[in-house]
Amino acid sequence: MQIVLIGLNHRTAPLELREQVAFSNEDVERATAELRDRCAMEETVVLSTCNRSELYGVRHEAEKSADGLEGFFADFHGLSRAQLNGCLYHRADLDAVRHLFRVAAGLDSMLLGEAEILGQVREAYRRASDAGSTGPVLNRLFQGAVEVGRRVRAETELGARPMSAASAGIKLAERVFGDLSSHSALVLGSGEIAEQAVEQFRQRKIKHLWIASRKLEHARSLAARVEAQTIPWDEFPGMLDRPDILVASVAAEQPVVSCEMLSHAMTDRKKGSMLLLDLGVPRNIDPAAADLYNFYLYDLDALTEIVEQNRQAREQEIPRAEAIIDAQISKFEAWRAGRSAVDLVDDLRSRLDSRRRRILEAHAAAFAHLGPEVRDDIDRLTAQLVEEMLKEPADRLRHARTWRERVQHMETLRGLFGLDSEDEQ
Amino acid sequence: MPGHWSYITLVLYLASLGLYVRFLYAGRRWTGRLATILLALGLGSHYLALLERSHWVHSVPYNDLYGSLSLFGWLLAATYLGLELYYRQRSMGAFVLPCVLVLFIVGTWSSHGLPATHLEQGTMFALHVTLSILAYAAFALAFLLSTVYLLQDHYLRRRGAAGWRCPAMWRFPPLEGLEKMSRGSVRVGLVSLVAGTVLGILWEIRVQHHFLFMDPKVLITLVILALYAGYLWVSRRTGWRGARASLMCALTFLVVIFSYAVVNVYLSQFHRYL
Repeated sequence: MQIVLIGLNHRTAPLELREQVAFSNEDVERATAELRDRCAMEETVVLSTCNRSELYGVRHEAEKSADGLEGFFADFHGLSRAQLNGCLYHRADLDAVRHLFRVAAGLDSMLLGEAEILGQVREAYRRASDAGSTGPVLNRLFQGAVEVGRRVRAETELGARPMSAASAGIKLAERVFGDLSSHSALVLGSGEIAEQAVEQFRQRKIKHLWIASRKLEHARSLAARVEAQTIPWDEFPGMLDRPDILVASVAAEQPVVSCEMLSHAMTDRKKGSMLLLDLGVPRNIDPAAADLYNFYLYDLDALTEIVEQNRQAREQEIPRAEAIIDAQISKFEAWRAGRSAVDLVDDLRSRLDSRRRRILEAHAAAFAHLGPEVRDDIDRLTAQLVEEMLKEPADRLRHARTWRERVQHMETLRGLFGLDSEDEQ
Repeated sequence: MPGHWSYITLVLYLASLGLYVRFLYAGRRWTGRLATILLALGLGSHYLALLERSHWVHSVPYNDLYGSLSLFGWLLAATYLGLELYYRQRSMGAFVLPCVLVLFIVGTWSSHGLPATHLEQGTMFALHVTLSILAYAAFALAFLLSTVYLLQDHYLRRRGAAGWRCPAMWRFPPLEGLEKMSRGSVRVGLVSLVAGTVLGILWEIRVQHHFLFMDPKVLITLVILALYAGYLWVSRRTGWRGARASLMCALTFLVVIFSYAVVNVYLSQFHRYL
């Protein structure tokens, strides 16, 4: 029984190639069936995200080379092997296990420690499980991967710190206001960065979200996606007393939010502090607003500085994440060893039983004069003898203190009983 | 000699402090939970240590300055625990526990307690002192909350990444939460101080048959009441809420320290501990 992995990711393949080998939901089902037939895979999971396409499988015939899988990968996507040359990586057994655990932990992601990958691993496993293409090994492996991802996020700082200017800004908003679900925000602009900010607000279930843009249609389509309200561009200065957070990301030569506007807003405002996130270049909010009482102003430079610092902090967390992965690999290997032990005892039982039957058949003539009841008794007693002989080693295997000890016992049994040789079969 | 409950309390508070600090830096949930559990156990054993002292002096365990310091520490820890459970915010534990420990150690190991005079007995006296010290504990907590508010406000205003390098900074309670907790704590303190003062006046009239209004302790208490009432009022005004109100709250606590450490020891005839 061997765990195999073949795939490519953002490190080994350019975006164009990654796009070509991505598996859609429909592809996953077809790929699973083909892998079973063509590559003798007993279990399969397809993990396909924008940065990676990976096939995880379990097969009996370890001697089959990776060529079969590579060929499948190329044929399935209508590519030649030359096109994939140097882009695919292969892993087997422990290496494959470690690779998946690192992926789930976010250590193999383009953005170190990103949170989305754990959901994607979970989703790939769920889809494979629903399709009936997983078995005990991949079930255990992917459950372990999900646990690794969850633990790494809970026990290290790897995923804790924001890694984009927009998310760093929203994180700062949480430093000021706490839970944003009872607060409000106004986003000026409807471009890509404004969109990121709006998405962050949506994820945090912000109570009120207004969007104002010179391009009203853009603002409307963005607002429709997140159940926000749009306001005409000219009216936003009169609205400034209402939001707790102001995000500005518009293309403008001069600041669109002046100190006077903010001073008026604070006078009319019945609430406390206001966070200003200026994500525009050139700046959209008058820098002098930083000196106004109860306003916290962050521009792109300040936020980028925080993001860079967070990236370094995340890198420092890698050893802790690797330690969690090592622990989970040990658990998985212990489980595999236990599972192999059951197979081993079954194998031994079937060999001893087959010898017992052969001996009984060889001496059948000597028992011919005995009645059928006595012959049945001899059969039962010899079968019982085999079971008794197996009881002690099976117990010792089951109760081994560590998985390494269990593996040692298994090797001893295999060696002593010649279970690795095929002669007996 | 401090009894064995005092040593158990010391160990529990120290362990709890260690875990609160670890929680602030590493953010592991179980560390925070364990810190809270140890603090609760520490409160229990601290209570038993106060009872031991009470048996020794045949009175309330805070008839001298050191006994009152120990009670101050106990009430500070209890008030914090209540606030932590109510607001579900553990990150202040690392700031509160050092104060609790200092108060407990000084209160327990500096003096064994003096036998009480006949005046320092009775329910009304006990309630007067307990409520007054509860008020101080609540004000101390508001001071710590306001200080953390000012610290965070400082780093938010600096805008650079320097303040956010430390992982603990991302785990402090949000500014709004700190304001709410601080106001809540001051409200508890005000109510306790008013009730404690009224009981003190009644007790003084009962034992002395008159009330000495010009006692420095009474005057400073009125000042404290006025300042904290003022804080509650301005903390909701547009031009004051936030950092200015927090600064006022923190500075007002200096008056409380003056009242507790200087007026009680040197100025007041009637409230003098030593």
